[in-house]
Amino acid sequence: MGEFFAVFGRDDFLNQLLVHVELSVVALLIGVAIAMPIALATFRSPFWAAVAINTGNIGRAVPSLAILALVFPLLGFGFTPSLVALTLLAIPPILINASTGLSQVNPQVIDAARGMGLSNGQILRGIQLPIAAPVIFAGIRTSAVQVVASATLATFVGGGGLGDLIVLGLQRNDPAVLVGGSLTIAVLAIITELTFGLLERTFTPKGLLVARKRRGK
Amino acid sequence: MGGPPLVALQELGPRLFDWGWVSNNLTDEIIPALQGHIFLSFVSVAIALLISLPTGIFVSRYRKAYPPVTFVTGLLFSIPSLAAFALLVSVPGIGLGWQPVVIALVAYSLLVLIRNVVAGIDSVPEETKDAARGMGLTPRQILFKVELPLALPIIVAGVRIATVTIIGIATIGAYVGGGGLGDLIFTGISRNFPTRVIVGAVLATLLAVLADLLLLWVERLLRPWARARRA
Repeated sequence: MGEFFAVFGRDDFLNQLLVHVELSVVALLIGVAIAMPIALATFRSPFWAAVAINTGNIGRAVPSLAILALVFPLLGFGFTPSLVALTLLAIPPILINASTGLSQVNPQVIDAARGMGLSNGQILRGIQLPIAAPVIFAGIRTSAVQVVASATLATFVGGGGLGDLIVLGLQRNDPAVLVGGSLTIAVLAIITELTFGLLERTFTPKGLLVARKRRGK
Repeated sequence: MGGPPLVALQELGPRLFDWGWVSNNLTDEIIPALQGHIFLSFVSVAIALLISLPTGIFVSRYRKAYPPVTFVTGLLFSIPSLAAFALLVSVPGIGLGWQPVVIALVAYSLLVLIRNVVAGIDSVPEETKDAARGMGLTPRQILFKVELPLALPIIVAGVRIATVTIIGIATIGAYVGGGGLGDLIFTGISRNFPTRVIVGAVLATLLAVLADLLLLWVERLLRPWARARRA
């Protein structure tokens, strides 16, 4: 087992880890910055919300390797094409969950808020966003895990990242590099999953937790 | 960063898609890749279902076993596919080929399938089971004649999600010798021949979307009561 840790001592290990994290974080941030405004702009209209959700569903069906591979004939090899592909992958789960979460807020709650004299902006910030927050964060979590996993594939279009180690390990038939690289990616994905699970719980309003407990969930 | 991509686009522009290659290689390369892909995905989901059905039925009865089962399968699900394939290849006795791909694809399907089997069985109303018991059915008859048929739409919904996921991940399996449409994508990248990449990627996407629609239709077909209610 000890030989697998040798991979951490490689000169390129830290660099590839950083590229991997950079690709994932930037793609996720741009993905949120694109998906959230679309969800916010469309959720009030049932028709446009359905368009957004269905587009997101089709987007989710597109294999991640297909997106990375399709970006390569158009934009070529390298970091930027990989980033574009990963951003495209990051958008659908966030879009689906944000649209669904926002449009499923109980209309009676919104009526009550309007009756109390709250403006549309106040209702959005004080009621709709907090109630939809757990669903939105679940979408961001799905997206984050998917982006971290797919960033491994960036190696095929010259984007770097930890996938380089796997490819190197397979080509040279070097199990130490292969297993060390794979385990690092697996651990990174699991850390992402757990971190965003924690965020999801942190952003769930206390009122919702109380209500859930009462319903016995 | 604006420079190099544009140059690449101009270089590739005229031969971005070569229809001649498609018609020349349709029968000896493209269709076999598509068939291989369908076979790989189908076998994996079928094996996963054979494991998930008994496991799901078991944990729906012994509730204490459910959290550990979802924890383990959830952990398996979050391992990036290329890493999983690579790890399996280095296991003695597995090596390159379709074996590591099928093993990983089965492992990925378990979470969704088991979760949906349990949710499906849970969705059967207590009164329905009471009525079955009142009619003198044994627990085994209740399972096969009442619970599983009523749970079927939700189980099929799980099969749908698993199938779409598996079709996507199977493309990556070509890198460790699994074959299928990923072969076209990887050879296209290594030979810098975009037509192969586009054919492989577009067919994989179409296959995933078609499987999604087909299984959605099966799911609706299995819920005659929902249709009756709407009518």
